[in-house]
Amino acid sequence: MYALCTRTLATHSSTVSSVTNVIEKEVAPARPLQTGGVFLPVSSVDLEARNVGKVFGENPIFSDVSFRLARGEAVALVGANGTGKSTLLRCLMGLIPASDGQVILLGEDTSNARDKAMRALRARVGLVSQKHNLVPRLSVLSNVIHGLLGRKPGIRHWCHTFAPAASREAAMQALEKVGLADFASRRADRLSGGQSQRVAIARAIVGNPEILIADEPCASLDPSAGDDVMELFFRLAREQGVTVVFTSHNVEHALRYGDRVLGLADGALKLDATAASLNAQHLRGLYD
Amino acid sequence: MTNSTILLRYERPSALSFIGYALGLALIAWCLAGAGFSVEKMVTAPPRFADFLDRAFPPNMDPKTLNRLGWKMIETLQIAVAGAVIGVILSIPVALLAARGLIAGVWVNQIVRNILSFIRAVPDIAWALVFVVAVGLGPFAGMLAIAIDTVGFCGRFFADDMEGTDKGPAESLTATGARKLDVVACATIPAAMPAFISTGLFALEKAVRSSTILGLVGAGGIGIELKVGFDLFDYPTAMTVILMIAVVVVALEQLSGWARNKIIGEQR
Repeated sequence: MYALCTRTLATHSSTVSSVTNVIEKEVAPARPLQTGGVFLPVSSVDLEARNVGKVFGENPIFSDVSFRLARGEAVALVGANGTGKSTLLRCLMGLIPASDGQVILLGEDTSNARDKAMRALRARVGLVSQKHNLVPRLSVLSNVIHGLLGRKPGIRHWCHTFAPAASREAAMQALEKVGLADFASRRADRLSGGQSQRVAIARAIVGNPEILIADEPCASLDPSAGDDVMELFFRLAREQGVTVVFTSHNVEHALRYGDRVLGLADGALKLDATAASLNAQHLRGLYD
Repeated sequence: MTNSTILLRYERPSALSFIGYALGLALIAWCLAGAGFSVEKMVTAPPRFADFLDRAFPPNMDPKTLNRLGWKMIETLQIAVAGAVIGVILSIPVALLAARGLIAGVWVNQIVRNILSFIRAVPDIAWALVFVVAVGLGPFAGMLAIAIDTVGFCGRFFADDMEGTDKGPAESLTATGARKLDVVACATIPAAMPAFISTGLFALEKAVRSSTILGLVGAGGIGIELKVGFDLFDYPTAMTVILMIAVVVVALEQLSGWARNKIIGEQR
């Protein structure tokens, strides 16, 4: 019942967001997240950054970044080039270690997680990259089946020919959701940019992730294809009730698809507000 | 703009550059001296070469000889293909250990790379001598020599090819929670496959060229026929062997080039 209640809260993510219209630094990390008079338990926080910082060599990228993501929330991460948006996403997924602070991913502190535990956590998260990152010489279906490798490792998931029927079916269903079931046998390098990104989305959702992370998902697409991909991505994310973090340089996308907007500038988190409370002019200020 | 202004923009090479050029020329002269370079021999060589050609032509086209040499040539190709295929297959796991940032740590990478350098440093004919001692005279020793020579060559290049692949797909698969081995099998190796095929075909060409001379040390193949031909001053037969080797090597290079274009060209 408790889970049902929290899930219900999650599905009304805009409500959750509207009452979390606060600068995150005002919320102590260990304190429950306030949601319109109700305190959201820590178990409903899917992702939390506590004073996260990253330094490459002697070059600090950002520091002291803290925020929490409630379950079902869609958060846009914006900022100019070089402010560390992609680096922050990689830190959140544990693909690179943070130099300072902690990342709590689905209730686990990633800085203490060993390899196996980290892989198990990543299997519960889906990633969509700017450059699609499909394996070009393999079929579309094989690429989508690779999305299951975290949960089902081993040689049978290396190629669609050897994959178990259940995995093939799951991959075909994911392709159907992105409208590319007819392209299952086609080589990934023979797709258009928009189609490639749709396949990348299918790969990200095939394992039914609890969090979806998208790093500028439409940056390499023309405006029309970019809008289509964003529309599809968020329709699927909302259908599955997953938490979403995405980066974008498109302020309209950030305001339209994000319940909340985080802004990175000058190596720090300068903005944390609900999308409803912002306009395009506010976000453009981050790029000055 | 005056000429003097243009001249000011010309940067004269430093004295150090001229010293460098002089040292380079001195090094080349020193190497030529060490190699016994002799103008006198260069002048007297063409008549001797013409004498050899006079005695070698026409090549020995006796059907019995051609039949014997043909079978030896087939044995040479068998040694080359078997050795190259085994070498290429063994090179993949070796390259996985040698490639930095894939599945093995830095120390393992360095140790495996050093072993590969050692293998390459020893010429194939020396490996053939070692294997003749180890497994006896015959084509098996030649095949082992080709295989290990191929591992030294392909192991290094496969590792470099894998290190040079686009890291994006591998990162995306790592993000799914996949193990390192799964990431390498599903993203890195497919991305490096065109380079693997190209390097593998070069390894086959190299193996065929090498296998033609392994017979000189008793490791099977047509090389022994060449040695016997020269030892007995049977230059027409030696010429037949040389022409057969040339025809086979050139034909294989053409075939390899065609296969490279066909397989890789279409898949790029």
